[in-house]
Amino acid sequence: MFGFRISPSSAINLDNVSRDRFSELCRIEPDALRCMACGSCSATCPAAEFSGMSVRKVLLYLQRGKEEEAFKIMNNCMLCGKCTMVCPRGINTRHLLLTICRIYEKEDRR
Amino acid sequence: MIYQGKQKIWSDYQKEIPDDHWFYVRSCIRQNFFPGSEKMFMEICRDVLKKDFYETEHHTTCGGIAYHCDTIPQETAMTIVARQFALMTEAGYENYVASCITSFGNYTEILETWHEFPELETRIREMLWKACRKEFKIPKYLAHASDLIYKYRNEIAEKAKFRLVNKETGEPLRVVEHIGCHYSKMFPSKGIGGAEYPYVLAGMIESWGGSVIDYPERRHCCGYGFRQYHVKANRGYSISNTHKKFESMEPYKPDMIITNCPGCPYFLDRWQYVISEMEGKTYGQNGYGIPVFTYEEVAGLVLGYDPWDLGLQLHQVAVEPLLDKIGIEYIPEDKYKGLNRKDILRPGLPANMKCF
Repeated sequence: MFGFRISPSSAINLDNVSRDRFSELCRIEPDALRCMACGSCSATCPAAEFSGMSVRKVLLYLQRGKEEEAFKIMNNCMLCGKCTMVCPRGINTRHLLLTICRIYEKEDRR
Repeated sequence: MIYQGKQKIWSDYQKEIPDDHWFYVRSCIRQNFFPGSEKMFMEICRDVLKKDFYETEHHTTCGGIAYHCDTIPQETAMTIVARQFALMTEAGYENYVASCITSFGNYTEILETWHEFPELETRIREMLWKACRKEFKIPKYLAHASDLIYKYRNEIAEKAKFRLVNKETGEPLRVVEHIGCHYSKMFPSKGIGGAEYPYVLAGMIESWGGSVIDYPERRHCCGYGFRQYHVKANRGYSISNTHKKFESMEPYKPDMIITNCPGCPYFLDRWQYVISEMEGKTYGQNGYGIPVFTYEEVAGLVLGYDPWDLGLQLHQVAVEPLLDKIGIEYIPEDKYKGLNRKDILRPGLPANMKCF
């Protein structure tokens, strides 16, 4: 009608999302809080170029309660472990991803 | 909002504003968008408060829009501004007040640049002399017109016929204040109250009886952003900004919005119509929009001026529900009567937003 459209807002209202699962993740795997979002994991990920896989993004989405988006990109992980080798904070990213699967899947089964 | 904390910030950011003798420069676009505003400013300052305000017909654009749209270099904008200062010097004034927020930001930025790089000021003086044989003095005080209405707010409140209060319930009206980005986001010390929570409009609202709404996107841009709107391909970005702001303020049920920038009232007003056409959503009560005003229009309303003399018929969002709420009388038939009661024709009505 006007030749342009409204893009949905990217604002995140943390009052409307549950952070219980992320808190549990941080309790079991404190490394989740050590990530400084440098992006080394995404830069080395062999799946990133084709699928958008990024550990950094997965953590960011989980922090913001956007679990669906996190799992959409996490399904592309091949668990090759390259991200673990390059992480400057020494985070065992592969283990972290497996823990994420365990916590979030366990919740879904309830 | 923790009010005590904000008061501390506000007390840290106060600036000296002389009481009288100002050289006034108008905005390029406000005359078209909200034509009653600048006229009302001069009328309030000269006739109601009896202050000395001077303006000249030789004043031109400050070049701010072209500068912020990246179509002219800063040196060009500086030479244009130097000429405005020369007009002030010729008229014998030392205090310079701009009606436009972008002009104010432009002047502030240029004065700061000259302060840091005096050789640039010398070059601009040469360029001005070559171009039009004029010389100038740097203004002693630079203010935005809203700074002055802020300074005179209590005098206006004393003379006010109406207050920003719901006449039925006696409750203060819930007012959103929106400050133009170029007012103090560039130089926080140059604005009243700093950059995060400028006090300039909040002070007026409090003095005139309203209550200020604090909402998450309070300091977000109105969506104009020059290149975001002037480049047609970017207009979706412009309206998305405004949409975000309205979505954020909606739960607080604002009665009205007050702004101090030429672009903000225009975009907050007109985009409400566009959002209603695109998404079928309105943000005011009972299918109306939220009326958006300039601070001069609100000052005029509380002082008892006729709403149609203030140019409120040129607003897209209907102002009548708010006028009824405050108890301001108006003649509905006169809404589309111009000078000498000449019929100025009625606009088409929006499909989804209620208007008169």
